[in-house]
Amino acid sequence: MAGSGTAHLRDGADPLLRVEHLVVEFPAGVGRKVHAVSDVSFDVVEGETLGLVGESGCGKSTTGRAVVQIPRPTSGSVVFDGRDLTKLHHEELRRIRPQIQMIFQDPISSLNPRRRVTDIVAEPLVVWGRGKSAEREVKVREAFEAVGLDYDSASGRRPHQFSGGQCQRISIARALMLDPKLLICDEPVSALDVSVQAQILNLLEDMKERYGLTMVFIAHDLAVVKNVSDRIAVMYLGKICEVASADDLYRSPRHPYTNALLQSIPVPDPEVPPAGENLALSGELPSPIDPPSGCRFRTRCPRAQARCAEEEPIIREIDPTHFVACHFPVMEEAGEGAGSAGGRLFGAQAGSSAADEGSAGAASDGPASEGAASAEAASAEGDSGVAVDPAAPPYSAA
Amino acid sequence: MHDPAPERPAGIAGPSDALAPSATMVGGGSPSVELEPELLGSELAPDAEFETARRGLGFGFWLSVGWLTVIVLLAVLADILPLEDPNATFVGAPGLGPGLHHLLGTDELGRDLLSRVIFGSRVSLIVGFTSIAVGMLIGGSIGLAAGYFRGKIDAIVTGLANILLAFPALVLALAIVTFMGPSLFHVTLAISILAIGPLTLLVRGSTIVFSQREFVVAARLLGAKSWRVVYREILANVLPGAMSLGLIAVAVAIVAEGALSFLGVSVRTPTASWGNMIAEGRIVMVQHPLITLWPAALMFLTVLALNFAGDRLRAYFDVREGAL
Amino acid sequence: MSYRSARRRASAHQYPVYREPTGPLLEVIDLETHFRTERGIVRAVDGVSFSLDRGRTLGIVGESGSGKTILSRSIMGLLPRRNVTRHGQVIFQDRDLTALSEAELREVRGAEISMIFQDPMTSLNPVVRIGRQITESLRHHLGVDKEEAKDTAVGLLRSVGIPKPERRFDEYPHQLSGGMRQRVIIAIALACGPKLLLADEPTTALDVTVQAQILDLLATQQRDRYMAMILVTHDLGVVAGRTDEIAVMYAGKIVEKAPTTVLFKDMKMPYTEALVQSIPRVTNSSHTRLRAIPGRPPDLVNPIPGCRFAPRCPYAQERCWVDEPPLMEGVNPGHTYACWFPVGTTEGRAALERNQQQGKPAPPAAALERKGA
Repeated sequence: MAGSGTAHLRDGADPLLRVEHLVVEFPAGVGRKVHAVSDVSFDVVEGETLGLVGESGCGKSTTGRAVVQIPRPTSGSVVFDGRDLTKLHHEELRRIRPQIQMIFQDPISSLNPRRRVTDIVAEPLVVWGRGKSAEREVKVREAFEAVGLDYDSASGRRPHQFSGGQCQRISIARALMLDPKLLICDEPVSALDVSVQAQILNLLEDMKERYGLTMVFIAHDLAVVKNVSDRIAVMYLGKICEVASADDLYRSPRHPYTNALLQSIPVPDPEVPPAGENLALSGELPSPIDPPSGCRFRTRCPRAQARCAEEEPIIREIDPTHFVACHFPVMEEAGEGAGSAGGRLFGAQAGSSAADEGSAGAASDGPASEGAASAEAASAEGDSGVAVDPAAPPYSAA
Repeated sequence: MHDPAPERPAGIAGPSDALAPSATMVGGGSPSVELEPELLGSELAPDAEFETARRGLGFGFWLSVGWLTVIVLLAVLADILPLEDPNATFVGAPGLGPGLHHLLGTDELGRDLLSRVIFGSRVSLIVGFTSIAVGMLIGGSIGLAAGYFRGKIDAIVTGLANILLAFPALVLALAIVTFMGPSLFHVTLAISILAIGPLTLLVRGSTIVFSQREFVVAARLLGAKSWRVVYREILANVLPGAMSLGLIAVAVAIVAEGALSFLGVSVRTPTASWGNMIAEGRIVMVQHPLITLWPAALMFLTVLALNFAGDRLRAYFDVREGAL
Repeated sequence: MSYRSARRRASAHQYPVYREPTGPLLEVIDLETHFRTERGIVRAVDGVSFSLDRGRTLGIVGESGSGKTILSRSIMGLLPRRNVTRHGQVIFQDRDLTALSEAELREVRGAEISMIFQDPMTSLNPVVRIGRQITESLRHHLGVDKEEAKDTAVGLLRSVGIPKPERRFDEYPHQLSGGMRQRVIIAIALACGPKLLLADEPTTALDVTVQAQILDLLATQQRDRYMAMILVTHDLGVVAGRTDEIAVMYAGKIVEKAPTTVLFKDMKMPYTEALVQSIPRVTNSSHTRLRAIPGRPPDLVNPIPGCRFAPRCPYAQERCWVDEPPLMEGVNPGHTYACWFPVGTTEGRAALERNQQQGKPAPPAAALERKGA
């Protein structure tokens, strides 16, 4: 899987962000180093959301940090809006910073515990000396309202008096104060409850539209990433395995690792049995200090052959919007491996998926008043419409 | 901000965690729905454990602070208090026990002991607080820079601080004071130099911890200059912990001054200090044990109070951190 | 509360339970856990009853602040001593755990009931070798000798899927990945062959891929050992394929309880519906708007009269603000719910329509959309 290459970069378009051959290494004791990110390339065009997905330790967060140059990458280029950030001097970089903002995983650690939340959100304006204090207050008030918080009751309070979801809203408000072009979200919802997660994801989508943002969305949960992304890059052990449009990636995953990721997602439907030990990804992530030769995924790959250990797969085009770095990609007609792997998703979920899409469409297209009513009906029907065997024991999969 | 009983927000009124203002919710919303449930639910158990620690610093802390206040007030107001001249000999008979005229008695030269311990406290307090303040200012700034910037600066600073720490402290102080001559200024200087090493490492350590927190990265991403990040984001977080450990350092400095005094290399007699009073009293300890007892007891209580207050404060801020 | 009134209230709920001849393994009767705080009494668990048979798995689902964690801690008797009051009964194998002394409880914990917590790092002692952390409990509870304990421990490590268990035995927790640590914790929990395993958010701190592995492991172990298991989580997706029965908690109470298939097919409580709908699904096309639940979990100090979900509920009517719905029985056996206008019924549909026509109370997703637009 894991491969280098730049076949997936779009030459025609003028991307807002273009990362090429990015390498990040950290020293790990005498003469050894952690290969956190090894030759990763991707681009993001204006108005697009790129999802970066992978397990912890795959280098996705390090990639996000390398884009904003904290810390600076070991090598490679990060071209933002026509300027290579890796070549900029300290002060030039500082001047460009307001255009790239970031949201972090831990909502509470993202806010200085000793400052008032209103000061935290006003800080960007103070740093750049924008506006007088009265004008600032107006802008901060707007930002609070935009993210769904009440300015008057929040002012004067400190971060620990807010819930995780609210802290994440405050972080988003702060990030948007300087009208950034690019927003990097590093696992913004993985510390939150499912119900709050939905609120924050919706908020990010709203903000994207309202402020015309381009986003890089980093997460380990493919379901979450798919929901917000136009294009998804799957990472494994410091390399990109597969790049495709969000719907393509789900509909026809080519890389065995993407397949495994898709199977791991818990499905909120008892009729869909869990993937079971034999299908889910087995084994441990190898050490990034001493990654496997050839394809980095081969040690856990059900399709690995001798060639995978010798030769590193290079990213190649499967169709114009789908790129994969694998010698033996999963093809739908390829039978065995793909068939059994995809079966759970494509077979069992098909019924409920159709119903869900129907209901979601109704809710977002129609006027709110009638849309939801039909959505309720649709989803109720959909849920009961799935092939049912009430007597099925819960662990029939294994 | 550190009110002992932090008030739960009585209502983040309005939309709280929702985009929809509560007014559009069913039934118009009841006033009591927008409280702080996360803190009351799954996180409550640990929260409740901290409750006592958080509720206040405790009786012992306030007792310590009370004692320190009394000592500091006496030292500051010594000149206007109706006290005998501490250096005047034979204001009473030598070696008197506690009595109406001389509350704590007199020493073997007939000097008033009450007056001498109070004037003597000035030396301990000045040396203790000044040297730690100087050490904190210098060591703290160096530690902040080393912890925030890391890299070469950090390696050099840590190396130097470790070298400083490797010297036997008392021998080093003795050497400095003997070389420069005993005086209040030189003793303070010597202890300041000794304090810089450990205080640098202390501040550096906690700076590193906070520098890795996301809010510091966020501030850098906003384009804040380094000094602003250090001053606005890190200092305020490092300070409470450093200050509480600083109190304990003051106690150590007072003991160090006492030791130097005892060895006769601090302020010169007849100027009183707790240390030299103990040294003088030692000769006649068998006949007049109270002469050594008074300064020793005062020093003991003051050091204890400083240690206790510092320790309580440290625990208090730690808990606050943990609960955040 | 007296035993009699507890019985009376428990029987008032009238939840039908399938009983094995020996009776249920665990029976929780009207459990209440209240905390005294500066703001007043926090009703973290407010009258919860359920029972669990041997070899069955119960999922307890709710948002943070719903009281689900406090409930599992109350069952185990793991509550801070100060400022806590606990009423009701926790009958485990015909013994009331609430009446046991701390020493007696310690014998039950670990040996007969085990618990797994969310954070794999803080549950392990960082300076003690993994092997000793397992054998300690074996030797304490089962009184086996050192050699035998080691053999058992290595076997346990192997059975929870840890490669090279003999080598891992002598390692420290920091040498393992998060997933491996959680496996070790499971091994420790299983060491003495407990009859009941309480897993409190066992996979929340883990990656999705590792989550699947750990949940599979728990399921296998539970089946092989014929243990009862309680799986506490905020994610309905996690419990969907892995439990026999699910209890949904809101504001310290169980608001809906049903066999898993029934719950997903025929949910009655609008809160359950909202929880299911807020899960992002891979089957959705990208940029599908999620149906978030508006508002926040309720205040547990001053609970509102009526249904506690009413302020966030798209179905809520006047009655919901006044009368608190009791747990009612559904059509399917074992299904109970607390709602006046249940999802999927004529009353429910009418209530929702009425709300939408009046315009003021919009359903969650629609409300959010209007604001976002």
